[in-house]
Amino acid sequence: MSTHILEVNELKTYYRTRLKEHVYAVDGVTFALEEGKTLGIAGESGCGKSTLALSLMGFYFPPLHFGGGSIIVGGRDIMKLGKEQLRSQVSGREISYIPQAAMNALNPTLRIIRFIEDIMKEHRPELTKKQVWDMAAERFETLNLSPRVLNAYPNELSGGMKQRTVIAISTILNPKVLIADEPTSALDVTSQKAVIKLLKSLLDKGFIRSLVFITHELPLLYHVTDDIMVMYAGEIVERGTAEQMIFDPIHPYTKKLMGSIIVPEEGMKGHKLAAIPGTPPNLKNVPEGCRFADRCKYAQEACRQGKIANKTLGDRTYRCIVEPETLREWYANEGE
Amino acid sequence: MKGNNVLIEGKNLTKVFGFGGNKTTAVDNVSFAFHEGEIISIVGESGSGKTTLAKLIMGLLKESAGTIEYMGKPRRLKRHSDRRKYWKHIQAIFQDPFSSFNQFYRVEKLLLDCIKLQGEKLTKEEQLRRMKEACSFVNLKYEELHNKYPFELSGGQMQRLMIARIFILHPKLLIADEPTSMVDACSRSTILDMLLKLREENNMTIIFITHDVGLAYYVSDTLYIMEQGKVVEKGPAEEVILNPKHPYTRQLISDVPKIHSEWDLA
Repeated sequence: MSTHILEVNELKTYYRTRLKEHVYAVDGVTFALEEGKTLGIAGESGCGKSTLALSLMGFYFPPLHFGGGSIIVGGRDIMKLGKEQLRSQVSGREISYIPQAAMNALNPTLRIIRFIEDIMKEHRPELTKKQVWDMAAERFETLNLSPRVLNAYPNELSGGMKQRTVIAISTILNPKVLIADEPTSALDVTSQKAVIKLLKSLLDKGFIRSLVFITHELPLLYHVTDDIMVMYAGEIVERGTAEQMIFDPIHPYTKKLMGSIIVPEEGMKGHKLAAIPGTPPNLKNVPEGCRFADRCKYAQEACRQGKIANKTLGDRTYRCIVEPETLREWYANEGE
Repeated sequence: MKGNNVLIEGKNLTKVFGFGGNKTTAVDNVSFAFHEGEIISIVGESGSGKTTLAKLIMGLLKESAGTIEYMGKPRRLKRHSDRRKYWKHIQAIFQDPFSSFNQFYRVEKLLLDCIKLQGEKLTKEEQLRRMKEACSFVNLKYEELHNKYPFELSGGQMQRLMIARIFILHPKLLIADEPTSMVDACSRSTILDMLLKLREENNMTIIFITHDVGLAYYVSDTLYIMEQGKVVEKGPAEEVILNPKHPYTRQLISDVPKIHSEWDLA
């Protein structure tokens, strides 16, 4: 058990609407992340992957509320800690989070070094300004970022550079887990590669020990992460190694998702892309049974009755009532 | 599809921003010829001038040097009526669906405006029928939508509504500036399918502007690779992607993660 750096059990978080309705964006999510491993979370927009990332930090701001379950980071249930303890001991040190569009979060009137000084004032008050500068410069140097950046204002940097700077700042305290929410989705492919290289080097140099990477770019996950988890309507529908998920998906939703991959390789041209008919269910009143049933062409009567349990196959988990062998046969017949 | 007439042709197009020492050449001596029914992709990283080129083609920017010929004649955009006539033939879809709509107009009004732009006199029923047809083409339900404001829709829905507009207008040339970079992979395949279907039905020319080589390869017949305002490589999609000649093209292709081969991260 102790090898698990992050453990999430039956986590539920909900948004409270103005009409006092509870919308569960994360509904009973359970997973564990081993030390040194990387985990990718994929899914459509609105499936709850960003909410999950936000929930993992332990901070809840209305309209987002905590609905139950536990988040164990380094052996401690962070939901049992007070707000102050959480801020001073967990965030930044144990677990760090890069929100979507993080590069727009930099205050345009401050130099980059000031953000680092702010963090240090809170977490390492004994350091002088000079020491902070030296430390930051050294860190930036090791990450192949020019220390000149420290003295620049955010608007002097390009988008990719800003994103890399934000990542470097948020990992300056060597957190155990880094949660990166779509760090590359607003960047072009060349800057995207630079960001991926940075994340890899953070892992290689031991500045962070594990990474949770959220994106809808599946080819990217295939190269970056060890495991991939697919979310649909607030639930995890399948988890397996990257290799398994891309080439041998079990769940019909994963299958469709993998069918929508576009890569510049031979045979891509004229290949039919998979499109999923319909829209995801409204989370205000989710259907009973399998949440994907309405859009799944293999759906049966039994899919719509009762809660679909998580099944395991080796080290993979999936949430479908049909046996994997049968599903594979169906996929083969479809010629997909 | 190729071998058709040339729809729009650019000769030595140049666009310079700024004066004196501050000059930036965004588009540098670019020539092209786009045929009817052809799908062209312009690929390059941020700042390579691809959007500026698109704006020149649309007539939103004035070229510093060079000429654009539309259907064999030099393009004239001097008078307002000229521009109005030109924009009946040329339409665009932009990257950010959230800022492409007028926030104060309901969906109904938005679609109605498109019908009016065509200048035909139609009865109420006929207008309604056309709007419904356009919505069903992009898998949206007119009954659910017509009374909504754009901010009540999701990004994918907005982008599909943009395509519904195109369906009503059926322009000769469509410029799609990163139409799928803000939507997820599933909506992306839906949107691409629709655009390809539009091309088949109307023999429309589509210019795709993207930084994603994979996407460009998937949809287009011809590729133009741009680097710092210059077209460094052009040709049929297969040839450019599977057999790239210019080092910049090779770099772009190597920057995209693939699934059947290793991704070189060194």
